[in-house]
Amino acid sequence: MSAEAKIDVGSLTVSASPHIRCDESITKIMWSVNGALAPAALFSVYQFGLPAITNILICIIAAVATEYLILKWQDKPMVVSDGSAFLTGLLLAMNIPATVPWYIPLVGSVAAIGIAKHTMGGLGYNIFNPALVGRAFLLASWPILMTTWPNMASKVDGVTSATPLGILKLQGYDKLVQVFGDKSDMYTNMFLGTRSGSMGETSAILLILGGIYLIYRGYINWQVPVVMIATVGLLTFAFGGKAGLFTGDPILHMMSGGLILGAFYMATDMVTIPITIKGQIIFAVGAGALTVLIRLLGGYPEGVCYAILLMNCVTPLIDRVVKPVKYGARR
Amino acid sequence: MAKSFRGGVHPDDRKRYTASKPIEVAPIPEKVIIPVRQHIGAPCSPTVKVGDLVKKGQVIAEAQAFVSSPIHASTSGKVVEIAEYPHPVFGSCTSIVIESDGQDEWVEGLPLQRDWKILETAEIKEIIRQTGMVGMGGATFPTHVKMAPPAEKPIHTFILNAAECEPFLTADHRVMLEQSERIVTGMQIAMKVLGVNKGYIGIEENKPDAITVMNKTCTGIAGIEVIPLQTKYPQGAEKTLIGVICGTDVPSGGLPMDVGVVVQNVGTVVAIANAVEKGIPLIERVTTVTGGAIVEPKNLLLRIGTTFAQAVALCGGFTEVPAKVIMGGPMMGMAQRTLDVPIIKGTSGILALSQADVNIGPERPCIRCGRCVDACPMGLVPSMLSIVGERGLFQVAKEEYNLLDCVECGSCVYVCPAKRNIVHYIKLSKAQNAAVAAKK
Repeated sequence: MSAEAKIDVGSLTVSASPHIRCDESITKIMWSVNGALAPAALFSVYQFGLPAITNILICIIAAVATEYLILKWQDKPMVVSDGSAFLTGLLLAMNIPATVPWYIPLVGSVAAIGIAKHTMGGLGYNIFNPALVGRAFLLASWPILMTTWPNMASKVDGVTSATPLGILKLQGYDKLVQVFGDKSDMYTNMFLGTRSGSMGETSAILLILGGIYLIYRGYINWQVPVVMIATVGLLTFAFGGKAGLFTGDPILHMMSGGLILGAFYMATDMVTIPITIKGQIIFAVGAGALTVLIRLLGGYPEGVCYAILLMNCVTPLIDRVVKPVKYGARR
Repeated sequence: MAKSFRGGVHPDDRKRYTASKPIEVAPIPEKVIIPVRQHIGAPCSPTVKVGDLVKKGQVIAEAQAFVSSPIHASTSGKVVEIAEYPHPVFGSCTSIVIESDGQDEWVEGLPLQRDWKILETAEIKEIIRQTGMVGMGGATFPTHVKMAPPAEKPIHTFILNAAECEPFLTADHRVMLEQSERIVTGMQIAMKVLGVNKGYIGIEENKPDAITVMNKTCTGIAGIEVIPLQTKYPQGAEKTLIGVICGTDVPSGGLPMDVGVVVQNVGTVVAIANAVEKGIPLIERVTTVTGGAIVEPKNLLLRIGTTFAQAVALCGGFTEVPAKVIMGGPMMGMAQRTLDVPIIKGTSGILALSQADVNIGPERPCIRCGRCVDACPMGLVPSMLSIVGERGLFQVAKEEYNLLDCVECGSCVYVCPAKRNIVHYIKLSKAQNAAVAAKK
């Protein structure tokens, strides 16, 4: 026997199979999502200037710090660098207006990480999307600050600080079109993001590009955003018009509010949505339908946040009912 | 278009280390350690005592039950010890230690010449039992039991599992290239015993040379067909393979014979051919010694009872202290605690993984990404099995999450970004359920 073969047997690791694993990790997934959101976040900085930078930073730093302190306090493994708290902070920042005072993002992040994530047990155990809980918390606490958006360097200038959906809700469709000039101007502005709204809601095109990247990486299923946005489009086309059935403006609805952001980045949050693709499609249809219900019939002009949170509630139920068909039961 | 199944994973197969290396006959070791249990089923009782002189091929431990398989001396020499020794599967096991006399002398009458075509089915079955045939893919189920299904389960199809879907392993691949005629003979014998006239050879497409060779060898032989399979793990898992080739799934909790199929491994049918035509018992096998920590990976023809340390030394030793040493492939093989364990009938590979090969990482909570659900060839929800197993809800795992349908292929663990030890929790849950059932 050669000398090389004699090794310290104490150094051999014994564990259950398998013994090789792919190089995917939670850290990789979370930082990829952060990366996908980065262009839209940078655009909001370009759009809204210094307040956007401060608020994004406050959101992220508060989220990461809260997670750090809780993990320290609970004596849990220090996993704050996995990017999930960073992502919650960034997502929350995308969901609030740029002009809010500094303490709003701070409170929102603490609520998101402290309440929605860690009271449930931390990453993987939370029932609700933490960033959306943070937003709902803020909306309930400071309803006026949270619905006052900065004026935009667009044709909306000086007219109002309400979002397109707000105008639609309170003043009607014709008024909204008039604000933008004409219909095609309205669509262009919505698509490019040169309109008022929360920091990350505005640029449809950048959000979609980031989403396509995540689909390409296999981190989200394309069916979820597509089905959710299509559901909103269909239902608003059918029921959204004043002149009767099938007179609504689906394009406006699909591109406004937080729908693109919600559909690509929050309705796809793997922790809080069903685990099977079938379940995820049911989730997406439900979230789309609830969004339309809130937008058309509810008191709020915008419903994506609550729609996704409500569907988060039924995720365990969907998982219970929709299971993969097991081998041996297929044919 | 090669046949395939739902789910599965695509690990880098890393067969390149040994795929082109011909099988090398290993020298006879000075000492062999032969465990009396190398199969699923009852251990054998030694029929020799310390001091006895034994010949190659002589029975040294006899089966005491139907589901068991006798053990033979793998070389000639003197029995120097019968004691507990480390075992690659069962932890430790009574083993017969033979000091080789260097003569490697056959027991009287072996090898012989026999024409399988004139033998009766019952005779062949008895030869298979007496020569200690077990499934050589790793499961080591006694072959004579598999070849004698009850009368109410008629068999109509024989499948030769030549998928070799485990990464790294190339033993079956090399045997196909070098001994294709022995394979076909063994397969014909098995088909005769089972009374079937339809036989398939399922080979993954990453072995195009093997597909060509087997196709050539099978030309003109009625009833045997080569089926190319998509390269995807676990293509060679018995249930997956049957589903892919026959289009019928084995029912939950059932066996292949429930759908009229018997599956055997490449090594096993070659051993059957040698046993029936030449009377040679199962005393050696082809094993791939490979992995990132091996200096010169090889396919070796090794005597049963050769230690892992000896086999590794034949391949130049280690390049670095290995992180893990595995018996079998990286997906379903068993991690070893020592290199003093012997090669047994089911040792398809010895795999020494370097630190870089092993990606253990700290286990994190499940983030419900659903990759395991997509990867599971059995249509289960592995994430939930790991969660309920971790919490000790073993009965819930069985009743609500189809625990017993899991074949432990490890695809779920392979893809898990949270590095969860899903198969560990599944094995634990199965063992706990079995313990509860045993108490009742």
